[in-house]
Amino acid sequence: MNKIVAKLPILLLLALLSGCGYNTMQANEEAVVAAWGNVESSYQRRADLIPNLVEVVKGYAKHEADTLKAVTEARAKVGSMQVSKDVLNNPDSLNKFQQAQGELSGALSHLMVVVEKYPDLKANQNFMDLQKQLEGTENRINVARERYNTAVQEFNTSIRTFPNSVTNSLLLHLNRKEPFKAEEGAKTAPKIKF
Amino acid sequence: MKVRRIFILALLVLLPLPLAALDVPQLSGRINDYAHVLSPGTAQQLEQKLAAFERDQSTQIAVLTVPSLQGDDIDQFTIHVAEQWKLGQKGKDNGVLLVLAQAERKVRIEVGMGLQGVLPDITTSHIIRDAMRPYLKTGNFDQGVTAGIDAIISATKGEFTALPQGAGKAAHKRSSSPFPVLLLLIAVVAVLLGAFSRNLSGLAGAVGLPLAAFLAFPGMGIMMLLILAGAGLVGGFLLSFLFSGMFGGGGGGGFYGGGWGGGGFYGGGGGSSDDDGFSGGGGGFDGGGSSDDF
Repeated sequence: MNKIVAKLPILLLLALLSGCGYNTMQANEEAVVAAWGNVESSYQRRADLIPNLVEVVKGYAKHEADTLKAVTEARAKVGSMQVSKDVLNNPDSLNKFQQAQGELSGALSHLMVVVEKYPDLKANQNFMDLQKQLEGTENRINVARERYNTAVQEFNTSIRTFPNSVTNSLLLHLNRKEPFKAEEGAKTAPKIKF
Repeated sequence: MKVRRIFILALLVLLPLPLAALDVPQLSGRINDYAHVLSPGTAQQLEQKLAAFERDQSTQIAVLTVPSLQGDDIDQFTIHVAEQWKLGQKGKDNGVLLVLAQAERKVRIEVGMGLQGVLPDITTSHIIRDAMRPYLKTGNFDQGVTAGIDAIISATKGEFTALPQGAGKAAHKRSSSPFPVLLLLIAVVAVLLGAFSRNLSGLAGAVGLPLAAFLAFPGMGIMMLLILAGAGLVGGFLLSFLFSGMFGGGGGGGFYGGGWGGGGFYGGGGGSSDDDGFSGGGGGFDGGGSSDDF
């Protein structure tokens, strides 16, 4: 009986330590993947608005063909990127993705500046609606990125702290994931507001 | 594992994290008029209107006014508030939050994920621009906010139906993990059985601990369950020793007192208080909605 009581703390310790990290880390990784899915779909939402926007602006601002072309091309570049789950493990892929989206943001900002010269366009109902929708997608993108970064932080912490780090190096071999970094010179996505 | 998570959370709370310039205000009812721009009569009227709407539709709409955003962006501030207040029912995500910042003259309607079919960004922007702004521009907050609420109500009416009686409160109080409760139940059973036989007590632990773990964490591996069975066997024996001689009923009573006293496990989400009986139902937001100036 003494033997069993003596072994009790060791058994409990093993039970607590060895099992839990295993499940937690995997659950955290799935949370990161889900959060990334939301990031992708928010960016997609923005890309989907662009064709309408270009059409409406074209009706009023025919001479701004260059600006419109820049927007269309930036959108095409974003659309052609093959983004797989590997982007989560590969800092280069994530940087490329972020850069392409940043170029689209830049092209859109420039368009909004140009549109200032056309009061009729600014007063157009369709344009105002599209503008509001764009603001909505930019906000969703910000929220999705923030939540993704939180999920990444939780995951990275869970694989690095002891004793999960042991379970990870022995059994799971999960890699650290990359968070979104703030863009140079811009703390938030460009505000497309008047 | 749960202890470690709580420890990390506690550490994060203590560390000086870059929080928003403005803290999330306390949720105290459906109308949170911290800027004092609404008359008491209007506030009460709206409070009743929204309470009745929730009873009928389970959709939760709330209003928040602040004197100033203190440098915060209204979009970022509102989503943080919505995330903490958790308006709307869990799973349905049918919450709406209307935020008004007096000094900056900004207003935002934040829409939960479940309502974005009937309240897309275009609709909320029209509500602000056409229904609310004319009143807000002249400082008539009573009518401005009422017009906004009425428009939101008419847009979302019929989307969701009321919860069965009491289900809302139960959903809100549900703890994040049933494991501690199950563990305590197993312990109580082990003690009671221990009054009869040490072996029964050990058996209760050997069966109960893996069962509790499996129910709380589905998908746990066989190896883990076997290890837990061993731990449970020993734990059961130990408990029967600890309480040998004590009458089963007394031991059980003591355990119950200790168990339910540990209410820390059952905390609701931060920020949701039970003042006026109103608290968020666990709904989610994704940044949908629209803002505008007035």
